[in-house]
Amino acid sequence: MWYYEKKLQYPVRVRECNPRLAKFLIEQYGGADGELAAALRYLNQRYSIPDKVIGLLTDIGTEEFAHLEMIATMVYKLTKDATPEQMKEAGLGAHYVNHDNALFYENASGTPWTASYIQAKGDPIADIYEDIAAEEKARATYQWIINMSDDPELNDGLKYLREREVVHSQRFREAAEILKEERGKKVFF
Amino acid sequence: MNEPLTNAYYELLEEIQAVDFVLCELTLYLDTHPWDNEAVQQFNHHAHQSRQLKKQYEKQYGPLFQYGMSYSGYPWNWKEAPWPWQV
Amino acid sequence: MFSQRKFYTPYTSPTDPCPPIEVKSYETPPQLYLGFQPPCLPQYASAKEALHRGTLWPALYSPYESPYKRGDTGE
Repeated sequence: MWYYEKKLQYPVRVRECNPRLAKFLIEQYGGADGELAAALRYLNQRYSIPDKVIGLLTDIGTEEFAHLEMIATMVYKLTKDATPEQMKEAGLGAHYVNHDNALFYENASGTPWTASYIQAKGDPIADIYEDIAAEEKARATYQWIINMSDDPELNDGLKYLREREVVHSQRFREAAEILKEERGKKVFF
Repeated sequence: MNEPLTNAYYELLEEIQAVDFVLCELTLYLDTHPWDNEAVQQFNHHAHQSRQLKKQYEKQYGPLFQYGMSYSGYPWNWKEAPWPWQV
Repeated sequence: MFSQRKFYTPYTSPTDPCPPIEVKSYETPPQLYLGFQPPCLPQYASAKEALHRGTLWPALYSPYESPYKRGDTGE
């Protein structure tokens, strides 16, 4: 089971109400390489992967939910008290008529999240390599959002999340090595 | 709780976030390096520190966990704002 | 010298409609090079610094700034 902790993993700040940036950020909320996809991918693959890497998938999957909450916080703060007119100007008019200022699991162009973004092949190597690729794609998405954003406080949070993709990719690469390991032989110290 | 939070709140929260971040990093690291004794020592040290800080935080600002992972004040104060995305 | 950003120069045609970006870049962060992380790597001096860097180990730290901002491309 899971316990909720009433705090964010990292302090999230945004400088100003800016629904335009929120529209871009939604990509990491409900997009193909976003945090929801990541959390659900890892926490689902873990049921059919060798025991020695289940812990890693569980823990990275859990951390992804903390990142999902950070993205939600950013979107919430960027759109809180934005008027329908401001939402419309930001390209969120269609979002507004469907959801008001509520968050929704959709990508930057408004397409709802779908399970076809993720895979569980049941083959440990195929699944871990998908996970490495997912981390690199999420890292790239953070880069493109940072390139579009002029809010230094928001970018601080985005750079933190990008760095976490780097660390997760590192751990999945190590998991691949562990899966390749010959029985009874250690490839590392 | 609707009086604005003080600097002391944000400072204590960040202290907890920092210690818990080390624990998060070490958790992932130990998942692939279970035999690194030094890292296990560091993990246990920070786990202790995290518990101390959270005890202090909860006394002032209310429970961080529920389902019995934290004790409750009276009246039940888990449901009180602010929530993490609001502060 | 090692850099986490690599550069390349795509072919530009005289008929390209947009003004060409002559030098393009992409990121090559440290997890591509580290291999299986060796034990006892140096750590950041404080938990707070680790938190703000997003990692406990300088060997895994990957700074990022937009390559489209002035002053960042020539690095």
